[in-house]
Amino acid sequence: MGKLKHVLAATLALSLAGPAIAAADDIKMGALATLEGAFTVLGEDGMRGVKLALQEFDYTAGGKKIELVTGSSDASPDSAVRAVRKLVEQDGVQIVIGPLSGSEGLAVKDYAKTQPNVTFLNGSSAAQDTTLRSPAENFFRFSTEGAQWMAGLGEYAYNEKGYRKVAVLAEDYSFPYTQVFGFLEPFCRLGGKSPIDARFWVPIGNKDYSSVIAALPDDVDAIFVALGGADAVNFLTQYEQSGGDLPLIGGSITVDQSVLGSKGKARSFVVGTPSAGPVSDTWDDPRWKEFVAAYKKAFPDGFPSPSLFAHAYYINSKAALLALNEVNGDLSDGEKKFREALSNLSFETPTGMVSVDERRNAIADIFLTEVIEGPDGNLMNKTIKVIPQVNQTLGVSYDKFLEYGQVGRENPSCS
Amino acid sequence: MDSRRLFSGSFSLKNIHPSVLITAVFLVAYPSFATDFFIFQIGAYSLILGTIALSLMMLAGYGGMVSLAQLTVAGLAAYLMAILGDNSMGVMGLGWPWWLTVIVSVLGAALFSTFIGAVSVRTEGIYTIMITLAVAVAFFYFVRQNYVLFNGFTGFAGVEPPTLFGVYWRDPVPFYYLSLVVAVGFFAAVSYCARSTFGLGLQAIRDNPRRMRALGYNVTLHRIVAYFFSGIVAGVGGVLLVWFNGRVSPGTVGVDVAIDILVIAVVGGMRHPIGPFLGAIAFVLLENFAIDLIDRERFNMVIGAAFLLVVLFSPDGLLGLWNRVRDRLRFRGNAQLSAERVNKDDPASSGSLEKS
Repeated sequence: MGKLKHVLAATLALSLAGPAIAAADDIKMGALATLEGAFTVLGEDGMRGVKLALQEFDYTAGGKKIELVTGSSDASPDSAVRAVRKLVEQDGVQIVIGPLSGSEGLAVKDYAKTQPNVTFLNGSSAAQDTTLRSPAENFFRFSTEGAQWMAGLGEYAYNEKGYRKVAVLAEDYSFPYTQVFGFLEPFCRLGGKSPIDARFWVPIGNKDYSSVIAALPDDVDAIFVALGGADAVNFLTQYEQSGGDLPLIGGSITVDQSVLGSKGKARSFVVGTPSAGPVSDTWDDPRWKEFVAAYKKAFPDGFPSPSLFAHAYYINSKAALLALNEVNGDLSDGEKKFREALSNLSFETPTGMVSVDERRNAIADIFLTEVIEGPDGNLMNKTIKVIPQVNQTLGVSYDKFLEYGQVGRENPSCS
Repeated sequence: MDSRRLFSGSFSLKNIHPSVLITAVFLVAYPSFATDFFIFQIGAYSLILGTIALSLMMLAGYGGMVSLAQLTVAGLAAYLMAILGDNSMGVMGLGWPWWLTVIVSVLGAALFSTFIGAVSVRTEGIYTIMITLAVAVAFFYFVRQNYVLFNGFTGFAGVEPPTLFGVYWRDPVPFYYLSLVVAVGFFAAVSYCARSTFGLGLQAIRDNPRRMRALGYNVTLHRIVAYFFSGIVAGVGGVLLVWFNGRVSPGTVGVDVAIDILVIAVVGGMRHPIGPFLGAIAFVLLENFAIDLIDRERFNMVIGAAFLLVVLFSPDGLLGLWNRVRDRLRFRGNAQLSAERVNKDDPASSGSLEKS
């Protein structure tokens, strides 16, 4: 009996504690990333981006100290919403940075609508509908999304490379859909073809690509491959072993360092593969070089070069801090002034100027790259071209862009 | 906690243990002093996970059948809610009225559970676990790759409870009471069931199936019916789960979550229906607050270590721990009592220690 009373009393005390109230002068900022599950390594790099921005501002913005509270999800939307709800309702954060992956972003956007007094900034999630269709008033994305990342690649493949018909191999979920759409839309508008039956969708973590390789048509000029990490390495190895010789076109995370750094013959085989994305490791620009140097100095045990996740979290955190400076840390009146400042913000990032459109999605520069063999035999992505100020509707009006329909396996039809 | 007497037929108000009253008052009054976060994400979520774990406790504790597919059953109910009812994804969403959707979803889950029972009850121990695990894994991959019915990787969003009697049931307080009513209802039903002929038969089958078969019981059928009942419990838990999350996707029915349910049941204790709820409270508190206790890279270790400690020091889970503490207190109380009496030279009570 006595024991039970104690337990009850403890539970009671815990419940009463409620949201911890910060010192009046502090601003609480929550950061949400995947610190567990399959994307842990990427989530940790995202967190490094947040910390890098905070360190740059010495954890102070608008004359107030910033207190960072971290939250973790396992890349499933359920866990992302639970973690963000804890940050907002229990820890009482006023600004949220996150989440990392596409479907999490859609879920957090829906949650943001129920919390009008808190401002949400994206982490690195890149699903199109987070800001395109029924956006939330208080959700900002200063990082670009999957279709924007493909800007210029379709034109490059058609005009420079001379490809007319491509096969598609991608993982079967929203982010690759968005990337395929972003690549095929300009490619097909120019006259390129990609028949529906030459598009192959594999589950994440697929190991065996032999059936896909066997089914690849002979009459295509190239394969657009939107696979990530281990999936990309597995496909390239198996394609090389089965004597494949079609040139490749890469998605934003297909020919990154994890693939280029791998051993074996697959390496030589990817030389000349064009790709596009929000960052380029080897961009020869002082702003980017300074960013890489700061990253390496702050996190000696991090990646050799900041990933696009660290970059996206960094940009979004920095936007929040700059806007806080502008309004002198004034978060009163449902953070109205702060949001106005965010909407009008236009600032210099390691990858060029960034601002947001009327649906609070970023307009930023995108990098067109191609894999080359470096002087010391290492493979690296060489920056071919910087596509300036790409917006979410890829240059056409909002209404016209909506007519293209939702991204999916058969959009655009292109045959 | 004295449900045995509560459902033994000789029930009277005087027989209610004070701790039951205190717990009841606490649970009912909880929303009046807790914050929305504690009402919804801790309170209601614990009750939902507790309900799903209760369906496992029922099978494992009374029937000796450890099924890893209970979350899968709940997940099927959650998916059926999105498919038959409304969702915001533009896939399926047949728009049936909510009451019909709920009934069909729960029954669908119960039938699915019956099917799982039918294929697994002839096995024992580790093999039951393996078959049910296979079902859970197969279901996970199936919903992830099926786009026509289950909308693949993305799953469904925008699944909401109906607005009834002017109450929006997803608001923290109404949703908490809804979960509480469901949880208490199933708690009472399982407690009653355990004392019924069916429940006693099930426990007897757990202890000695051959003897029960010799006595003329249809052991296989008995077990399958147990799966059906546990499917109803899990199915209702799944309906609440989809209302709680507002969405369902393959991540909801992943193998790691299925194992979480097993962990909840084991940590709580399998011997009494209150165990899964204790386990769920411990699990939800740890899941939410472990990240505040320790460096963010290591917080999963705290969760693992806490559960390891519980299982190591109390194979019966939290429930066993509590029983042990209570027995020790009682023992010490009796010892003190008798010591006092001996000091007073009270001959009538000497030897009470031995008797107890």
